[in-house]
Amino acid sequence: MNRRNFLRNTGFVAAGSLFVPAFMKPLEAMALDELSLYKNLVVVQLSGGNDGLNTVIPFGNDIYYQKRKSIAIKPEEVIKLNDMQGLNPNMAALQEIHDQGWMTIINDVGYPNPDRSHFRSMDIWQTGSDSNQFLSTGWIGRYLDSNCQTCKFPYTAIEVDDSLSLAMKGQTKKGIALKDPAALFRNTNDPFFKAMLQNDREHLDEDNLGYLYKTMIETSSSANYIQNTSKIYQSKSTYPNSGFANQLKTVSKFISSGLKTRVYYVSLSGFDTHVNQIGQQGNLLKQYSEGMAAFLKDLKTNNKLDDTLVITFSEFGRRVEQNASNGTDHGTANNMFVFGGKLKKQGIFNAAPNLSDLDTGDLKYQLDFRQVYGTILDKWLDVNNADILNKKFNTLDFI
Amino acid sequence: MNAKDNFLKVKHLYNRAGFGISYTDLQKLSKKNLEKVVDNMLKDSQKDDPIKLVNDFESKRQLLVQAGLYAKKDLTDDEKKMRQQIVREQNEVSRDLNIAFINQMINTDAPLREKMTLFWHGHFACRSNNPFFAQQLNNIQRDNALGSFKTLLVEVSKSPAMLQYLNNQQNRKGKPNENFARELMELFTLGRGNYSEQDIKESARSFTGWMYDKDGSFIFRENLHDTGTKTFFGKIGNFEGENIIDIILEKPETSQFIARKVYKFFVNDNPNEDHVKELATHFYNSKYDIASMMKKMFTSDWFYSPENVGTKIKSPAEFLVGLSREFYVTYNKPQVLIQLQSSLGQYLFNPPNVAGWPGGQSWIDSSSLMLRMRIPSLVLNDGEIDFSGKADPEDEAVIALSRVATTNANANTKPKSYVNANADWPKFLGTLPKGLTPLALTEFLLQPKLNDKITGMVSDNKGLRSTAVEITSMPEYQLC
Repeated sequence: MNRRNFLRNTGFVAAGSLFVPAFMKPLEAMALDELSLYKNLVVVQLSGGNDGLNTVIPFGNDIYYQKRKSIAIKPEEVIKLNDMQGLNPNMAALQEIHDQGWMTIINDVGYPNPDRSHFRSMDIWQTGSDSNQFLSTGWIGRYLDSNCQTCKFPYTAIEVDDSLSLAMKGQTKKGIALKDPAALFRNTNDPFFKAMLQNDREHLDEDNLGYLYKTMIETSSSANYIQNTSKIYQSKSTYPNSGFANQLKTVSKFISSGLKTRVYYVSLSGFDTHVNQIGQQGNLLKQYSEGMAAFLKDLKTNNKLDDTLVITFSEFGRRVEQNASNGTDHGTANNMFVFGGKLKKQGIFNAAPNLSDLDTGDLKYQLDFRQVYGTILDKWLDVNNADILNKKFNTLDFI
Repeated sequence: MNAKDNFLKVKHLYNRAGFGISYTDLQKLSKKNLEKVVDNMLKDSQKDDPIKLVNDFESKRQLLVQAGLYAKKDLTDDEKKMRQQIVREQNEVSRDLNIAFINQMINTDAPLREKMTLFWHGHFACRSNNPFFAQQLNNIQRDNALGSFKTLLVEVSKSPAMLQYLNNQQNRKGKPNENFARELMELFTLGRGNYSEQDIKESARSFTGWMYDKDGSFIFRENLHDTGTKTFFGKIGNFEGENIIDIILEKPETSQFIARKVYKFFVNDNPNEDHVKELATHFYNSKYDIASMMKKMFTSDWFYSPENVGTKIKSPAEFLVGLSREFYVTYNKPQVLIQLQSSLGQYLFNPPNVAGWPGGQSWIDSSSLMLRMRIPSLVLNDGEIDFSGKADPEDEAVIALSRVATTNANANTKPKSYVNANADWPKFLGTLPKGLTPLALTEFLLQPKLNDKITGMVSDNKGLRSTAVEITSMPEYQLC
């Protein structure tokens, strides 16, 4: 007996077919309409607080070498991008991406009164709140709530994971989390699950029970749509063998098979490098860069790179001065990576961090992370950023 | 008194005020007058079992060692190792503490006290890396769960866990830190809009010097306390923390804020403002006696009206505890309870922020609902787990220390894992009356009214055990 079945050993068999009331029209039956120019956003989260200064190295600044005696990356090892900054040697895979003009680095992104707790700062980045404000919805979730022309489907936002991040949860709409479309498809096509949806319209107007049933119907519909749209697609590109690369491979499969999803969310974890940072961070940056390079080239091959924008963030950067354990402690502002085929400004977007003007040992931020979100909302997802971020943020010129 | 009617009311009461009820107890209690049942429940919950997992003495010793290491500038390799060892132990004990709280809820015979503890756990939401602090706060919430709200509030405010979490350790004369004062009013008592920024500033000054010392005991450091005159809600004086709390409690807005939150937790996500007012007035007039407010609520007719029965989405903790309690589940690898909590979005002792878990429909998204519907078969039928929860951001340091774990956490090749739990079926079935039909079992296990579909699904007599697994896997089982 298949242990994956919803109800092992209960011998439940469904009869009849899935009934869905007319006002909950199945998504697969909707007209594949005006959405020919489909722009995708891929959000990459580096969890744990990636040390930005050992990612994009300010090799042109002596202060960096003074503050990081045992963990600084030597100038001769840095992959130089200009006279001041360059990449960690473990990121060699991104050199080609940079040279193609598919990459922008935004320095010193942060927010006022930064919080050094992982959880709280991640909360702030995912909800787009001020540091003394508690929001229970995420910035992408509120984009879904806005019910704009391009975000009406329940599969508008997909997180390639088992559970859904706060960033993807709106008040009335939420993204969908799935690691493997085939597994979700199996679950929603389980006889028990289907039987639960059968002939059930009386609940839909009830508040909480109706919400549960609507969620099930949307999940089932989305699972069918995602599986049926993407299953035939076979990627010809090779990806490195890592969990992170696998997530990106799934995203590429979805984008390349023409899924009408606008936002994808993936994450890579383990960046809280208080102790012996060099090896651990190097290993992660290698996974990140090799996975990302394979992904971007795959998109290019499939002619989707111009329609895709990738951003990478971490909840905070780390302190400028290293600690006594050859690691770094929680800090504030950090750099963000932006990738895509249609970047307005390529390479390094703004000035390198000013290491001589610190706030009690921490970088001062130049740009609010919500300016980056705001730019994407306005210029890429075609909504008014003030509607999503609760106040208007000035946009930037990277796209 | 209609017997069937009382049966449903007692069931509702125990589902909301506790974590469900066994069929045997339900039958017994249904014969009693409802007010008596409520009184009994309050009486049962006079029993107060604090969690005693973390050893006081050992924790204080550890705190002193930590403080010593923290103060030192250059640590030897051995000292560094010692520091890491302490952090590792604390992480491990924190997980054990989480499981101890869950087990306490599963096994308690003071269900209302534990349910209220869970309520205060979300109301006074707090995170602490130190399991001793976390246990202490949890026990404060349990001890005072049904007592005086004032005592509860004062003790929470003096607990090292909260002093640390809301930065009152950094709140000093001349250099006030307003974090605690702000959350005290915004989230713990008055609610937004009922105070000014000036009130926050002045009360922050009043809480200067509220700290804990090296071994984790509350201490009022007079030399760090701002003894100047403060103006708080129009009152002028040389206020200290407790004066501020008194003034806050004098304002009826506090009783309204707490009553509304209690109502949303126990009655309905969408509060009926008349009922909330009734409750708040009672709470205020009883000088913030929590048990008295609870009794008022549980004996009100509206508590049992149809719009309030079977219409609330269970929190992950209510769902897991209720299921485990109902079927007498033993977890052979209790760590799985942590995985389940984090996948379902409520990892106890780790609230998203000081505002606690938002609750209601926010518990449910496609993946959490699918998982909830599969958990009964995983737990009751020993199914295979094919999901992994996200790492908690606070665990990142642990992940970073063990590279192997990082690679595995992201890789697709994982060994098969099972919940490895045992439901005590004979015991469960033994609580049911002889000849109970699958339909009657369904009526017992589900809170929402049954419809034709469910009646049809369970009427083909698969036996009670299969029926039970089926029912608990339904969306209707997510409601209480």
